[in-house]
Amino acid sequence: MIIHHPLLGPRDAQEFVYLGDASLIDRPDWQAEDAAGAFHDYLYLRDNPAGLHRELWFHEQGDRSWLVVTRDTTTHEITSVELARDVARARGRSR
Amino acid sequence: MTVQINRVDGGRVDRGQRIGFTFDGVRYEGHPGDTLASALMANGVRLLGRSFKYHRPRGVLAFGSEEPNALVELRRGGRQEPNTRATVAELFDGLEARSQNRFPTLRHDLLSVNDLFSRFLTAGFYYKTFMWPRAFWERVYEPMIRRAAGLGSVSLEDDPDAYDKGFLHCDLLVIGAGPAGLMAALTAARAGVRVILADEDFEPGGRLLAETHVIGDQPGADWAGQVLDELAALDNVRLMPRSTVIGAFDHGVYGAVERVADHLPAPASGTPRQIFWRIYAQRAVLCAGATERPIAFANNDRPGVMLGGAVRAYANRMAAVPDRRVAVFTNNDDGHRTAADLIAKGIEVPCVIDTRADAPAVAGTDLFAGAQVIGTRGRLGLRAMTLRLADGSTRQIDCGALAVSGGWNPNVQLTCHQRGRPQWDDAIAAFVPGDTLPAGLRVAGAAAGRMSTHGALESGAGAARAALADLGHATVAPDLPRAEDAPVRLQPFWHVRGARGRAWLDFQNDVTVKDVTLAHQENYVSVEHLKRYTTLGMATDQGKTSNLGGLAVMAELTGKSIPETGTTIFRPPYTPVSFGALAGRSVGRAFHPVRETPSHTWATEQGAVFTEVGDWLRAQWFARPGETHWRQTVDREVLQTRRSVGVCDVTTLGKIDVQGADAAAFLNRIYANGFAKLPVGRVRYGLMLREDGIAYDDGTAARLAEDHFVVTTTTANAVLVFRRMEFARQCLWPDLDVQLVSTTESWAQFAVAGPKSRALLEKIVDDVDLSNDAFPFMACAEVTVCGGCRARLFRISFSGELAYEIAVPTRYGDAMIRALMQAGEEFDVVPYGTEALGVMRIEKGHAAGNELNGTTTALNLGLGRMVSKKKDCIGNTLSERDGLNAPDALRLVGLKPLDPGDPVAAGAHLMAEAGPVDAGHDQGYVTSAAYSPVLQTPIGLAYLKDGAARMGEVMRLVNPLEGTEVRVTVVSPHFVDPDGGRQRA
Amino acid sequence: MHDLIPLSPLGGAAPQVDMFDGLQIREVTDRALASVAARLGHEAVCQGTLRALIGADLPGPGQSVEGSVQGLSYAAFWTAPETWMIDADHGAHELLAQDLAQALGASASVTEQTDGWCRFDLEGARVCDLLERLCAVDVRMMGQGGVTRTALHHIGGYLWCQAPGRRFVVLGSRSSARSLHHALVETARSITG
Repeated sequence: MIIHHPLLGPRDAQEFVYLGDASLIDRPDWQAEDAAGAFHDYLYLRDNPAGLHRELWFHEQGDRSWLVVTRDTTTHEITSVELARDVARARGRSR
Repeated sequence: MTVQINRVDGGRVDRGQRIGFTFDGVRYEGHPGDTLASALMANGVRLLGRSFKYHRPRGVLAFGSEEPNALVELRRGGRQEPNTRATVAELFDGLEARSQNRFPTLRHDLLSVNDLFSRFLTAGFYYKTFMWPRAFWERVYEPMIRRAAGLGSVSLEDDPDAYDKGFLHCDLLVIGAGPAGLMAALTAARAGVRVILADEDFEPGGRLLAETHVIGDQPGADWAGQVLDELAALDNVRLMPRSTVIGAFDHGVYGAVERVADHLPAPASGTPRQIFWRIYAQRAVLCAGATERPIAFANNDRPGVMLGGAVRAYANRMAAVPDRRVAVFTNNDDGHRTAADLIAKGIEVPCVIDTRADAPAVAGTDLFAGAQVIGTRGRLGLRAMTLRLADGSTRQIDCGALAVSGGWNPNVQLTCHQRGRPQWDDAIAAFVPGDTLPAGLRVAGAAAGRMSTHGALESGAGAARAALADLGHATVAPDLPRAEDAPVRLQPFWHVRGARGRAWLDFQNDVTVKDVTLAHQENYVSVEHLKRYTTLGMATDQGKTSNLGGLAVMAELTGKSIPETGTTIFRPPYTPVSFGALAGRSVGRAFHPVRETPSHTWATEQGAVFTEVGDWLRAQWFARPGETHWRQTVDREVLQTRRSVGVCDVTTLGKIDVQGADAAAFLNRIYANGFAKLPVGRVRYGLMLREDGIAYDDGTAARLAEDHFVVTTTTANAVLVFRRMEFARQCLWPDLDVQLVSTTESWAQFAVAGPKSRALLEKIVDDVDLSNDAFPFMACAEVTVCGGCRARLFRISFSGELAYEIAVPTRYGDAMIRALMQAGEEFDVVPYGTEALGVMRIEKGHAAGNELNGTTTALNLGLGRMVSKKKDCIGNTLSERDGLNAPDALRLVGLKPLDPGDPVAAGAHLMAEAGPVDAGHDQGYVTSAAYSPVLQTPIGLAYLKDGAARMGEVMRLVNPLEGTEVRVTVVSPHFVDPDGGRQRA
Repeated sequence: MHDLIPLSPLGGAAPQVDMFDGLQIREVTDRALASVAARLGHEAVCQGTLRALIGADLPGPGQSVEGSVQGLSYAAFWTAPETWMIDADHGAHELLAQDLAQALGASASVTEQTDGWCRFDLEGARVCDLLERLCAVDVRMMGQGGVTRTALHHIGGYLWCQAPGRRFVVLGSRSSARSLHHALVETARSITG
């Protein structure tokens, strides 16, 4: 597979390490009432779509950016690649 | 020496040169331009092998890589190569070839007796027979079957040749250099884009080399030569003959095997035998041509029965014919071309048998329209055949070869490598590429079902122009030279009915029409089941000549159409790939990169025994003369270190530079314990958890400045920890100001441990007060050593002794270990390896990878109180789950055998002193074990249920695998210096 | 001055040179390296300070620049967002990281990298033939000053184009220097036969 890195252009997927669902960015608040339940869901519950899937890839043999790659699991077509840091900020993650 | 009795005029072999080769020990001659198959054919050799199951005599069927029959063994020794198709083995001087799957000789094969028992060896026979007695399977049946049904053999010697891998990039990859591929490449090349033209043959040109077609006003082969000359002169074109594209992978990645030196006795010094290329192509055009299919009739497998297009190719290109008298059996016009070309070569063609009642006449031979071949004769090769004429009468005709044409199948394999399905085209009665092709791939020429030369040229140019248009390049329509444009006229005809004898569909796997019928009777009607049950379409040829015939028979039996019956899925590779090419240079000692420590050269001089830790090579121990067992050495290293001072290279531990205004806040979230308040100039042990609360890794963090830490990880987890920290930095807390850099390689780091370590370092470190007050346990500082070399000094201890770690820039690592050893001479310094390191940390009760094994928590480790409840850190929320905090949770303990002569085995399980020994009564298990030279007894670290409360309990340590049972006492895991007085001294 | 004798990454007292027909592989030990990562919110200060220090604007992704200040030459290449590797003469700048850290203050995180890497300079007409057997980079299209991280025969490192089609620098992890050198030399034999 080829992943179009937002900064570095097309790169072979062999340069990357796969982590999984991009929802891992949405780490729950440890002080919330239901923190234990929220962490359980965060860690153990995943959608397994046949189709578009947003997922985290790490450019280990590259610039060490974490990327959010949107990939169709049925065709491997990649429709968007974003820097995970930008995605995280857009989802309200900060300090 | 034999005469080349079947060599005819013309062709593209170089008669000016003679090449000697042997087949089964007999010496023959051929010419450059020959394959092994064509040279044997020219020499009148028809019998090349024995079939897989029935050991029937077999000869060449086809011309190219689709060949199912003529599998031979080439060369000797390390280069011996089984199951090579003689049709693609380029002839070279001294080539040594042998037939295979026969005993004792090809002409007299004892296992041909299998043929007499063929009624017991039908489809799925191995599922039905050899079932009883059960014990016979492994010892008797399997070895027997393997010997009988094997193909070639390997020498078991190492392959002496190198294989390379490589990476190529292009705008347009053209797969196949026949008329379509040449035209596609030419069109793109003239537009100036980067083109790769790959062709599996040693001479590009495809069928243009095998036909008598004219392009424009010149022979097709000459036109091909002219195009190739133009392409070769262009910088933007890479011509790759002898290169088979074996797979189409995601996003325009193609795999190709280039056979650099298969046509040479041995590769030139240093050069590879083959290269496995990964090709990144913006666009690709598949111009892989088509493969002819046979017609099944009784005893159609005799040597001499060949595909018509192959006979024509041997005659026209190789100037070789299988016999001087060749008949033709066809269901389409292409068979008539074979007859015409053979007649033009002066070969006697007794007749053309055409299944079509309205077949056109052929000049120069008899035509039997509406006739069929119903049988053949000849023990080791075809001598005669029997026809059934249109009126039902039979006739026998003598001939030494029969050219059979059942029509041509487009080579659609690569279009299906990403689950695309081909679709049926009634006009040519064959599957053509479907709608869902691999992204960026187009198909042209015969591979797309365009069977005429004109169709190939036109579609090749068109596909290239469309591909370039995708990429934003305007192209000019090339002038298409005039070429034949004959339509395909064909009557679908798969197998002859109503004749006695077996009719072969798959020659390589000995699958006959009867086998498919049997599979159908037994309800194996799905094509995938049919393939597995009968083995139709398996092995080296992957059914290139047989799949469709099998499907057609199944379709008839089920009353469905062929497209309704479907096809099996084509998967890479298109043709067999050697293991050497897949391995590349990752063989032997180069299997993976080796990482050497800065003291490697010095350690080698000291006679160190090395051990692999990931890619690292670390000194395991340093044996001295007279030591006969590694335990002697390790015991000495431990005792001497604990008595005086020892030095160990610990560079392999991961080192991560953590800087930034929020560096402390960041580490506070990475580690379970607190780091915010660690003073500058101090080091702290840190434990990392996984988000699920399980212990992940441990190490130390040294605070060199308010905004600067150096974090160490275990050797094994260095890469993983860095990755997780980057995840936390970028994805979890993107606005923390923290920057991470791996510095593992930058610093050579040595542990200096033992009561004399301070005295030793005082001689090395420049002008720093190392007294306990000035530089206490867990202190760190940036210092200089040996008169000004910058260094980092940490007072940390894995051994439990007074100890330091000293780091210098890696280039000085070798000098540093020598300086340490020299300075330590007066203190009786000893170098120690990973084994002594392990013994000392077990004696001290420090956890390592065995204890942080992916199932254990901080609580299990006895570090439960370290996990801060007052802050957010990875893993602390879920570490509080009830299940991980049960009252009887495992706790790390020490074990000592009651009898010091008894062993403590890692992995052994703890059971109560009395009672049953089973999983239900399991109390815990040993994670690490060693012989303690200090305590002079084996010791172990173990996880034991509620272990902290069970000190002094006597238990049984059982190892059911070894059948041992030892009585042990539960003790503190800190065997040596439990109150830590030594490391704080 | 201290008395510790440095070793080259290949373990020699002097750097190693291997010559082939159309290709030279030269071990390089006289360069100092330091990475500079701009701190959050201080990007402009960091870039401005570095511009003055090395005499060039910091490059964008995949690029390098060369500069000189007071007769000393420098180079910088992009390694990650807001992160660069600074390259300078080792003789003049053994303490490159310290010097940079001092000048940049709280605007950047500086880490010494000199001994984290082994460096091989590859030069000659066959250099692209060599590299295409070792890494997936489209080396023939790499322009002057292009830099990319890649893996050469499974060893991670940087590939830096100093003259298109003719001269490339390979930086690999120092502990793997011998494996990397072995791969370079074996492949050089493979293409030059």
